[in-house]
Amino acid sequence: MAVIRDMIPPFELYQPSGVEDAVRLVGEHGDQGWVLAGGLDTFDWLKDRIKRPAAVIDLGGVAELGGISETDDGGLEIGAMARLTAVAESGDVRSRFPLLAEAAGLVATPQIRNQGTLGGNIVQDTRCWYYRSGWPCYRAGGNVCYAGTSRSMNREHCILGASRCVAVNPSDTAPALVALDAEMTVANASGERTYAARDFFIGPEIDITRMTVLEPGDLLTRVRLPAPQPGARWYFEKIRDRKSWDFSLASVASVLHVDGDVVRDARIVVNGVAPYPVRSDAAEAVARGRAPDDETGQMAGEAAVQDARALRHNDYKIALMRNLVKRSVRDAA
Amino acid sequence: MQVVRLRVNGDERACGVPAHYTLLETLRYGLGLTGSKQGCDKGDCGACTVILDGRAVLSCLTLAREAEGRELRTVEGLAIGTEPHPVQDQFDLAGAAQCGFCTPGILCSSVALLERNPSPSREEVRAALAGNLCRCTGYEKIYDAVEAAARKMGQ
Ligand SMILES: Cc1cc2nc3c(=O)[nH]c(=O)nc-3n(C[C@H](O)[C@H](O)[C@H](O)COP(=O)(O)OP(=O)(O)OC[C@H]3O[C@@H](n4cnc5c(N)ncnc54)[C@H](O)[C@@H]3O)c2cc1C
Ligand code: SF4
Ligand code: FES
Ligand code: FES
Repeated sequence: MAVIRDMIPPFELYQPSGVEDAVRLVGEHGDQGWVLAGGLDTFDWLKDRIKRPAAVIDLGGVAELGGISETDDGGLEIGAMARLTAVAESGDVRSRFPLLAEAAGLVATPQIRNQGTLGGNIVQDTRCWYYRSGWPCYRAGGNVCYAGTSRSMNREHCILGASRCVAVNPSDTAPALVALDAEMTVANASGERTYAARDFFIGPEIDITRMTVLEPGDLLTRVRLPAPQPGARWYFEKIRDRKSWDFSLASVASVLHVDGDVVRDARIVVNGVAPYPVRSDAAEAVARGRAPDDETGQMAGEAAVQDARALRHNDYKIALMRNLVKRSVRDAA
Repeated sequence: MQVVRLRVNGDERACGVPAHYTLLETLRYGLGLTGSKQGCDKGDCGACTVILDGRAVLSCLTLAREAEGRELRTVEGLAIGTEPHPVQDQFDLAGAAQCGFCTPGILCSSVALLERNPSPSREEVRAALAGNLCRCTGYEKIYDAVEAAARKMGQ
């Protein structure tokens, strides 16, 4: 497959300054349009000429999408265009949602966090290299998966949630937002809808060509975090091949409500193991009503991987997921 | 073609480039500012790093039009009058540049760091330069130079 790493082919550039204009432009251009946030995922596709939109709608000038502000109910509202550095450094995020600050601060490099946005980070496409190299796989509208065969290089692919496609969601902030019970607001020509973070990310059995509910014409405008519960414990860990920056092999984000020495409620979310961040109901059910200790963690880890199935080169991810869930229960603080 | 107006290193500059040109292409081919380097062109190496509104960003993954109305600095604008910036001076003294391809980007990341954090720890220097690859030096002399510059600037 010839991969052209070259200049970007021409497109019409639109630079709206308000949300209404942005929504209108995104609606008008439909599947010929492309929303541009920080550009980090966008230009990878455009430079390789694998995605060739006729129109690019740059949200960089839409100031109202960039803010981080408190909501009436004591939560936080973060605009889709808030930069990852701003999220990681925000006093409000750090003091009340340290889980998200930590996750955002572990994305890529300082430069990428300075220009990458929270919206772009959760909407970014999978890194499956067959797909990103332009192979005409299922996700690209074709009729084969190049990653799932016995001879494929699939060390970084999924152990859960496969349905023809075995790619994983690469975002570091996505699992944190699911664990924090965030809500995503999506605007289009017919109005606004709100999705629970858990439902915002979708798997290939729902639509193999999309990672989220967003369809052409949709704009993610903001992410709302409900007020944190006092005393909630949290845990985030990202495993990557090297100590310096890289995409994760797997990550875990959890929030535990512990009363006395008993877990009353838990949200345990693992990313990098499925085409979407996986909230493990089984692990949560095990943790509830027990002490947040090594034994409970072990049981929760076992429960989390009970349906996991390895591909040829990624069985290490089963052990990784089991241990991440264990640590997230035992070591949440 | 459209006219892009950039405020680069304190100068108002304008040039005609297509809307799909990156900031890096515009600096290099439109304005003749070839200090910022094109390495991977994909966000991996940091050779194209410039300072936009005080923050290090990748000019290879930014459209020129996105930098309009903002304060842009490149390696060409780091010197203070005819004197090199203290970071440049210390890179020279420490032998922190070999082939030099990564150097403009690393200088920009370092200057952006020191403007926010005038006395960074070794760990903070490392973290701030994590997005800049160097294939020659092994990094230690680069970290030494940034620390030495921080000390000089604090005197
Ligand atoms: C070298 C490198 C390393 C990276 N490492 C990591 C990592 O370790 N962890 C990690 O999580 N990510 C990583 N990333 C990904 C990067 O953080 C994300 O790609 C980036 O955050 C995407 O955000 P962006 O703001 O640049 O969006 P863009 O690239 O501009 O957009 C991404 C996608 O989202 C769509 N989109 C963006 N905003 C909206 C919106 N408001 N409404 C509708 N659609 C929208 C765009 O159309 C596009 O399809 C890395 C990227 C690179 C280049
Ligand atoms: S894993 Fe998904 S994205 Fe990758 S080749 Fe298979 S169908 Fe395509
Ligand atoms: S040239 Fe921009 S990051 Fe490599
Ligand atoms: S001096 Fe050669 S790459 Fe850094």
